[in-house]
Amino acid sequence: MSTAVTSGDDALFEFLCRMGDSTLVLGHRVSEWCGHAPVLEEDIALANTALDLIGQTQLWLGLAGEVEGKGRDADKLAFLRDGWDFRSALLTEVPNGDFGRTLMRQFLFDAWHSIYLGRLLKSSDKRVADIAEKASKEVSYHLERSADTVVALGDGTEESHARMADALAYLWPYVGELFAGDAVDAAMVEAGVAPDPASLREEYDALVGRILEEATLALPEGRFAHKGGRDGRMHTEHLGHILTQMQWLQRAYPGCTW
Amino acid sequence: MISLTDLGIIRDVAWQDDTLIVTVTPTYSGCPATSIINLDIETALRGHGIEKIELKRQLSPAWTTDWLTEGGKRKLEAFGIAPPQPAGGPDHCPHCGSKSIEKISQFGSTPCKATWRCKDCLEPFDYFKCI
Repeated sequence: MSTAVTSGDDALFEFLCRMGDSTLVLGHRVSEWCGHAPVLEEDIALANTALDLIGQTQLWLGLAGEVEGKGRDADKLAFLRDGWDFRSALLTEVPNGDFGRTLMRQFLFDAWHSIYLGRLLKSSDKRVADIAEKASKEVSYHLERSADTVVALGDGTEESHARMADALAYLWPYVGELFAGDAVDAAMVEAGVAPDPASLREEYDALVGRILEEATLALPEGRFAHKGGRDGRMHTEHLGHILTQMQWLQRAYPGCTW
Repeated sequence: MISLTDLGIIRDVAWQDDTLIVTVTPTYSGCPATSIINLDIETALRGHGIEKIELKRQLSPAWTTDWLTEGGKRKLEAFGIAPPQPAGGPDHCPHCGSKSIEKISQFGSTPCKATWRCKDCLEPFDYFKCI
């Protein structure tokens, strides 16, 4: 096997971890609402969204383990890696805050997710395209709901509008990372596996701008971006806390099942 | 109750030598019923004396509610779950048949359903989402 092929598989593994870790961490965050949402219907909706995201994680990390070829399955990757090996986007790691911030984060992620998965449908790697086909159906539904809720709360009461404006201001600096490409992205573009993240920005801003306008909120102008999640260079201080909660059972009782 | 073939998730059944390969597609990627479904398939086939069984997961083409059989839709309705409609919402209340209905939540008791309510008989009901 040539070195080029090996490094191609390494980049593919990284790419798959980025997909799977973002859905895993966001799925965990959203599941934190289970039993705490403002009304029962929202509680159910959040739990179902989390379930979809965890399901997608199983597919992405399952394939990552297969590509890596070292006998690690989705569970091992999710529960037995340390923080520095995670490739989750920082946006998925930030605390839930209030219900409005959770739904604003969901909307900002869903908008990116739906556009990105749309491109992955044409991936040169059929395994990637198959997962994208499955996930994109779920994600278009997530986007419909999170966008509706952002509009309802943004264009709601004075209180809900102010909270959504705060949420947007807090979350916006975490959006840019989703569009910052690096060597892994370049390798994926080269192989026809995934699109260049930067090429999606215009479509994203148009989609998000349209919904925010409906929500009587302004698309922030700033382009400052916190980075370091997708490449694992510097995660938020929140990731470690998420992992202690998510992984403690497998750490304390290795291999435990029920 | 509705069967797995009614649901349209059994994509193929074929013999490979003496092994029966059953190809199953998930409804939703995180559907918690997936492992139970697989267990049920194995149990049913073993009950018919088939010993070598292999379950294959197929993601593409992704499952769509178009694959629900007509019989399956009727069974859902009889059970009080409004079947999926191309229009994207239920046609009528599965309890009293009224067309005066409203959506309560885009999600329901499972990922494949949404919650609706009848404005005439006032009963809430599940709607099988169209995907």
